[in-house]
Amino acid sequence: MKSHVWRTLFVVILLVVGIMVFRLFYVPSDFGSGKRGFMYSYHRFSNEGEWKAQPIKYRDTGKQKMHEYCGECHDDVVEVRTEDLHGTIACENCHGPAFDHPEDPEELVIDRSRALCLRCHTDLPYTTSERHRIPGIDPKEHNVDEMCVDCHDPHNPRLEDM
Amino acid sequence: MERRDFLKKSIIVVAGASVPLSALELVDPKEVLAANPDIHWAFLLDTHKCVGCGFCVKACKTENDIPFNAKVTRTWVERYVYTKDDRRYIDSPNGAQDGYTESRIDLGQGNFKEIDPENVGKAFFVPKLCNHCETPPCTQVCPVGATYKTDDGVVLVDRTWCIGCGYCIMACPYGARFFHPVEKVADKCTFCYHRITKGMETACVNACPFGARKMCNINDINDPVTQIIMNQRVGVLKDEFGTKPQAFYIGLAQEVR
Ligand code: HEC
Ligand code: HEC
Ligand code: HEC
Ligand code: HEC
Repeated sequence: MKSHVWRTLFVVILLVVGIMVFRLFYVPSDFGSGKRGFMYSYHRFSNEGEWKAQPIKYRDTGKQKMHEYCGECHDDVVEVRTEDLHGTIACENCHGPAFDHPEDPEELVIDRSRALCLRCHTDLPYTTSERHRIPGIDPKEHNVDEMCVDCHDPHNPRLEDM
Repeated sequence: MERRDFLKKSIIVVAGASVPLSALELVDPKEVLAANPDIHWAFLLDTHKCVGCGFCVKACKTENDIPFNAKVTRTWVERYVYTKDDRRYIDSPNGAQDGYTESRIDLGQGNFKEIDPENVGKAFFVPKLCNHCETPPCTQVCPVGATYKTDDGVVLVDRTWCIGCGYCIMACPYGARFFHPVEKVADKCTFCYHRITKGMETACVNACPFGARKMCNINDINDPVTQIIMNQRVGVLKDEFGTKPQAFYIGLAQEVR
């Protein structure tokens, strides 16, 4: 047992110590396990705060409160809104995120495309699905090349009120 | 009185005086609930109510800055069509970010299949997202400790720590993870962690006009959604994998996996 074994062993020990020292400085001090243990929750704790700090874009108001909020300034629209037809659709679905509206953005988008309405109103022959409860049209036949909102009021689509 | 005794007693007095002060502070009950370590977030999806409008996908992508022109998404809606001659078709064009505006089935690679309306037996839509499993395989495989489960039950990815190896994307049995084309890291549903921790609903729950998506603290037995999970027949996806998913479904079918 002479020198050659000691030499490799020394190199290995040096490597291990080197890696440990590097690790000591490189790994953030708040690395640790949550209550689910090492296997599922070994992480940098400050990352949770980073996710919490993501910017919010959509208002959280629930449908009814949404209408109350928007109604403060757009009560003409909210008044014609039909509770039984489009009343369940939150305004932001069609007008985009409005967390800081009317400061930022000052105006919301108005999407007059047919695609917006066709999400729900394309006729699909699915009698067993809830989709069947929504009146459907064939987009290739129902007044092609015209915008739906030229004839239908998106806030009150009731056919009798047309 | 000895000095030690004096110090001890004054500490007790100070401690005692400060408790009622903090108890008198006015707090938002939602904030307290959000800071509650006993919270455990769970999700409930009702496939009977879903009409496949895709507003949830649109809201999710907008809220979380997921590009619309890339074929990746944190949540998506699948369409299941069973024909009367016992064939089953499943598709989800672009994750249904624009809804289902065509009756033909997207078979992939530019192939489509038109199904005779007379032949359609049953058909339905199933919204999907990360199940935030109780024993998530994705966090087990991460070689650098970049993905983890928080104490309130949400599986997150540390974007500064992720090396983009893609191991977790392979490990997820539900295909809920993807490679973020802009951030260049693994990405997934966060249950809108920035919203729920402030007492708000997730963007998708907020967007759904038909109440097909709901969220709850499953440790709070008085929560109406928790009551549904406890008292009604709900199922989870791929139970046999032992991942203990925390997204519960009403109206599952065998093919929905
Ligand atoms: C504090 C008042 C206020 C509230 C609350 C408010 N808005 Fe507005 N909104 C405005 C103002 C001011 C404008 C810009 C002036 C205009 O064009 O009418 C505007 C513009 C709009 C526009 C564009 C109108 C157009 O003709 O171009 C839409 C759409 C809109 N708001 C929708 C909403 C929705 C949806 C909500 C609820 C989330 C809402 N607003 C809440 C004040 C408000
Ligand atoms: C189904 C989609 C949809 C929903 C839901 C919806 N809107 Fe609109 N909204 C539109 C469209 C489309 C237009 C453009 C109408 C036009 O050009 O005649 C519009 C126009 C507007 C305008 C500007 C023009 C006007 O009529 O004064 C305002 C303000 C507005 N919406 C507010 C709201 C508010 C507030 C809500 C929620 C109560 C809401 N919208 C819900 C689709 C929608
Ligand atoms: C030129 C005007 C016009 C345009 C444009 C138009 N519609 Fe209509 N729509 C009508 C009229 C009139 C009716 C009622 C008579 C009927 O059933 O055809 C109607 C009926 C409907 C119905 C009820 C069908 C039923 O069976 O109860 C829906 C849903 C509908 N339209 C949606 C749309 C959508 C979505 C678009 C855009 C893709 C659109 N419409 C564009 C005029 C129009
Ligand atoms: C989120 C899905 C959704 C979207 C998007 C949507 N609608 Fe509707 N629409 C409904 C529902 C739900 C009803 C009510 C069905 C019922 O209960 O009879 C309805 C009813 C209607 C009706 C029939 C009203 C009647 O008297 O029977 C018309 C017309 C209509 N919508 C037009 C539109 C137009 C135009 C747009 C685009 C601006 C649009 N819808 C977008 C869900 C939607």
